[in-house]
Amino acid sequence: MKAIFRKELADYFNSIRFIIFFALIIFAAAAGLFAAYQGIRSAELPEGFVFLGLFTTSGSAMPSLVFFLSILIPIIGIALGFDAINGERISGTLSRIISQPIFRDSVINGKFLAGIVTMGVMIGTTLLLVSGYGLRMIGVPPTAHEIIRLFLYFLLTVFYGAFWLGLAILFSVLLRRVAASLLVSLAVWLFFSFFILMIAPAIANAMAPVTQNSSEAEIIRYVNIQQAVLLFSPNTLFSNATMAMLMPIPVGTLGVLTPAMAQYMLPNPLSLVQSLVLIWPHVTTLVSLSMVCFAVSYVLFMRQEIRST
Amino acid sequence: MTDINAIESKDLTKRYDGVTVVDHLNLTVKENEVFGLLGPNGAGKTTIILMLLGLTEPAAGSVKVFGFDPTHDPIKVKRLAAYLPEKVGFYENLTARENLSFIAELNGISRQETERLTGEVLLEVGLDKSADQAVGKFSHGMKQRLGIAEVLIKKPKIAIFDEPTSGLDPKGINHLLDLIARLPGVGTTVVLSSHQLYQVQRVCNSIGIISKGHMVIEGSIDQLSRDTMAGGNYIIEVETENPGAELVGAIEKIKGVNKVDVKENSLLINTGTDLRADISRAVVNSNFPLIQMKIHEFSLDDIYMKYFQEG
Repeated sequence: MKAIFRKELADYFNSIRFIIFFALIIFAAAAGLFAAYQGIRSAELPEGFVFLGLFTTSGSAMPSLVFFLSILIPIIGIALGFDAINGERISGTLSRIISQPIFRDSVINGKFLAGIVTMGVMIGTTLLLVSGYGLRMIGVPPTAHEIIRLFLYFLLTVFYGAFWLGLAILFSVLLRRVAASLLVSLAVWLFFSFFILMIAPAIANAMAPVTQNSSEAEIIRYVNIQQAVLLFSPNTLFSNATMAMLMPIPVGTLGVLTPAMAQYMLPNPLSLVQSLVLIWPHVTTLVSLSMVCFAVSYVLFMRQEIRST
Repeated sequence: MTDINAIESKDLTKRYDGVTVVDHLNLTVKENEVFGLLGPNGAGKTTIILMLLGLTEPAAGSVKVFGFDPTHDPIKVKRLAAYLPEKVGFYENLTARENLSFIAELNGISRQETERLTGEVLLEVGLDKSADQAVGKFSHGMKQRLGIAEVLIKKPKIAIFDEPTSGLDPKGINHLLDLIARLPGVGTTVVLSSHQLYQVQRVCNSIGIISKGHMVIEGSIDQLSRDTMAGGNYIIEVETENPGAELVGAIEKIKGVNKVDVKENSLLINTGTDLRADISRAVVNSNFPLIQMKIHEFSLDDIYMKYFQEG
């Protein structure tokens, strides 16, 4: 597997795709940094979370870095994986590779692992770049606490990317044509990023209609249903987990807060452990989703017959 | 060592969605021979090859490659066997040398050894000058030769070629056949799947003709041509001048001659054994000139067509 991993990694790093996305992600880093420059003063960040503000504050017209990443990561994951298997099948290299004395699963494992490492390098570089320049810009060093949070965010992002990579590889195993697997992966991404935002209120409305003079309980029910639907989307899982990790102020992002409750809310950041407790279901779901995607493609690939024609 | 069987299959069967593609196939390939797997398109040749390599599982029956079962021990089989698929593909962005090194690495060949071997095999297939060119720029013939190089670098005990000459020019075909014919000399058994009968006849010692998943006939080419075309007999062709009844009579008297046909200036003599010495004596003693005499060789086309007419 080492040989395949190494070759795939070399391939990724030499590919035009990688260069384009790397440029894009560097651009995102610059944009995010600029946004933080614009907005960090007025963001009123709690003490001890100023440095993380570099990643989460958006400017007057510029969205924050975490927003950029939440859009870019799925696309990068898809771009790295959509032709992993069927591309090789079409070019005729797959039948040659698997007729060599290697285990068949090392092909798919090597590809998946190389994809994850590539994304890890991309994300890591971005975060480090922003940290470095941000440090010069704001002059506030990160606390140990923030470094841990940042690292956890890094892991989270890699897992999120791994999910999309796994999904794209799954389609590349399932579908014979490269264009088909790319389109289907993008369709899934589009559905979970945008369409579900429109569908969730519709479903909630159908199940628990609210009017101007609905009671509090009805509104809560409506919002709960809407959020439950949204939780099916890995995007929501990721962005909620990101919030809790980097902006640990419980401002109703993870539940309904009635005005009565809001009165008693303390604008205190959550402790690291509490943040973790809060996002643990999200993280496990995200990880298990990537596992499921990978496992299904693994099983399918192992059972598939590979012909050269 | 030629009594060891490189491949032995017993009642090998494969079905796709209820359609039987390979049907109780019994195939034996001896070590260090070139075996031609013949048959029309869709006869199941590629499926047989895939089963030999453990790339697809048989529905029933068994196959052994040098004693190993490809279904249960695919790695062991693939260590011994090299396979050149019909449509070879290479990583187009890598050079010929890099492509070979990658395959060598997958085969666990050490780095120094790889360097030495790649140079060696590229020279052998005549690609030494293009070794550092990206494969994307290669012609079809060059890619096919790189495919052979990849087979050679493994030093396999058995090499399986699936339609290796399709799409090559005559010079390329000759070169490729020469390379294949040389393999048994270095201890590699060859299985050549093709429907280019002339090419198969040139390099193969034995053949198996497959039709609709059945083995129609299997054996050495010499034996087959006699069995199928002359009922196990020799046909000796004698060229002379104006052969008359007395010459025919003289030859018919020789013990072992079954039948004599006159065809203009030549005689076609069906015999049980090689009687060329006796026949030449008879011709000369009857005062007829002996211009030429040879054992009639049937081309593989004759055999092949005969089977497919009957089938």
